[in-house]
Amino acid sequence: MTEMTYGQAIDAALGEAMARDERVLTWGEDVQLIHRDLVARFGPTRVRDTPISEAAFVYAGVGAAMGGLRPVVEVMLVDFLTVAWSALVNAAAKFRDFSGGRWPVPLVIRARCGGWYGDGGQHEQALWGSLASTPGVTVVCPSTPADAAGLMLAAIETDDVVVYLEHKLLSERFLDYLGGSSRPTIDFGDLVPSEGASGPVRQPLEPTPLGSSVLRRSGSDIGLVSVGVGVHRCLQAAEVLAEAGVSAAVLDLRSIHPLDVQAIRDLAAETGRIVAVDEDYIRGGLTGEIAATLLTAGVSSSYRRVAVESTIPFAPALEYQALPNPERIVAAARELL
Amino acid sequence: MVRIRLAEQVLSRAWAEGYVPGEYHSGIGEEAIYVGVLGQLDNDDAVAVDHRSTGPLVARGVDLTALMVEVMGRQTGLNSGWAGHMHLMDREARVVADGIVGSSAALAVGQAVAARQLRPGAVAVAFFGEGALNAGLVLEAMNLAAVWELPVVFVCKDNEWSITTHTSDVTAGDPRARVDALGMPVHTVHGERVDQVHHAAGRLVERARRGKGPGMLYATCHRPGGHFEGDPLLRILRHPRAEAGQLAPGLMEGVRSPTGGDRRDRAAGLATLAARLTTAARDWVVRPGRDPIRRGLRHVPKEVAEEIEEDERRRVVAAARRAVHALEWPDRGAGEGDA
Repeated sequence: MTEMTYGQAIDAALGEAMARDERVLTWGEDVQLIHRDLVARFGPTRVRDTPISEAAFVYAGVGAAMGGLRPVVEVMLVDFLTVAWSALVNAAAKFRDFSGGRWPVPLVIRARCGGWYGDGGQHEQALWGSLASTPGVTVVCPSTPADAAGLMLAAIETDDVVVYLEHKLLSERFLDYLGGSSRPTIDFGDLVPSEGASGPVRQPLEPTPLGSSVLRRSGSDIGLVSVGVGVHRCLQAAEVLAEAGVSAAVLDLRSIHPLDVQAIRDLAAETGRIVAVDEDYIRGGLTGEIAATLLTAGVSSSYRRVAVESTIPFAPALEYQALPNPERIVAAARELL
Repeated sequence: MVRIRLAEQVLSRAWAEGYVPGEYHSGIGEEAIYVGVLGQLDNDDAVAVDHRSTGPLVARGVDLTALMVEVMGRQTGLNSGWAGHMHLMDREARVVADGIVGSSAALAVGQAVAARQLRPGAVAVAFFGEGALNAGLVLEAMNLAAVWELPVVFVCKDNEWSITTHTSDVTAGDPRARVDALGMPVHTVHGERVDQVHHAAGRLVERARRGKGPGMLYATCHRPGGHFEGDPLLRILRHPRAEAGQLAPGLMEGVRSPTGGDRRDRAAGLATLAARLTTAARDWVVRPGRDPIRRGLRHVPKEVAEEIEEDERRRVVAAARRAVHALEWPDRGAGEGDA
């Protein structure tokens, strides 16, 4: 076991994959500066800066993957991936099907996502619901350094298209630009879940299976289901509920697609109450998918959801209310008890 | 220009002191471009800007206190706390900011279509950086403006940096040639010289008003404040010893790793990083000769310059005081926002 930060764990896995397989390479905006340790290890050709041309360099990732490489294309923020939406939805997701299954696209799109640190509605979205809605796209968002490494290895190893979302609240580098040693006057400490930002990572690194969830806390009265930072907000809410004598389980989905349907059904069967918690939008996304899973399975369970229902406001007080904070989760849970 | 510079200084300091959530991209070094261009516009003209939006909004006369309160993340701000500095907008001033690189060019195209139908004679202006000239969106927008002969003036602010990548490393040829190929006039000016900017912008605006179609003003400038406050390269330049202590272990681990590229790859990797830092060290200092404020104030007698500076300082400080007061933070009283 080695103690690593979330960002270190991702780059450790990427470095490991690059060392094992020369076909693995990465490009994106500013990546040479952001992943300077990889530049020092592999040189500037396998870690390559791009112009601000998302549509072109994500499409180029699709072409490179079809040409035999295993690119990890980095998009600075997932909000900017919308500029290259066609590369994902119309190309990466489609081409294996169009080839009759003969021509896979082993592409990883790595993008930073998520909020809680005050960047406004155009720079801190989650968007994983939209990303996961297209057939042929796997979407993951780790909540711990161990999974950050494991999911990156799995994302590179699979022949499927994977969108790998790196949550900015857990990834120290981005927060360090906006606080930390840039300005000691800002402390994100209260908002950053410490177990998510740094923790033990097993050596040698092992892939985390795509589509498999993990139970972060067991409980018998109610099941809280989430992904990314939402998992940590659920753990906070579970503590509050425990003080009131309520035993809450917390399920970390890790993958938005494929969804671990079996684990969700089992949790609903055990507790009879599910609260789906999502940092993404409420419409057409993960929380509705979880509800559909329960209905389809015919499991008898009451259900509430806590998700983002508006543009994410910039002002911190408004932002906190718009995101799935522990108070909102506890209130939703109480409605079911 | 002086007012913009002071507002930027107040907000940069407010960021450092923890008043501004998230990021802050200052437009220090670009003041003359905003003032020179916007000085040619009327109330009916529309303006689309990028993530460095403080300057153009101040130049369009938006209330300083409301702007500052918005950037500091309060519901009483210009956009009721919903926007923050990257997404500021003001309907009366017809200014919209957007943090998606290159979108301003296309938004201005649409504003120009509306202007031609609803406000004949009005124009739309887009501000963006030279890094945006590598975004397909900008090239598509310029082509559209050209074939529709729209009243748009595209203003490219060339500060030589795309985020923290030197633009020359990721750009083929002279990007102005791409604009030229669309049959659109391109006027290149020194962006720190407000007289040059104003004159060249005037020609393009006038041309657009007369229905002669779009044009580009290509203004060179420098970006002494890095990409944003907290820019990692800027931090290394300002605190080399402390930052080296942070960076060295990871770099050494990379270089010494038993697996990875061969010796040549690793040497090239280190050389790339060193070159980046050297270029930033050269570019990211306030160079008096390229400071639009210093150059601008030289146009007036010394006493007048001093009077302008004093008046603007009083105005901006008063706005900052009101803004800090409006925050109503229990541990902060009014009057701490002096520039």
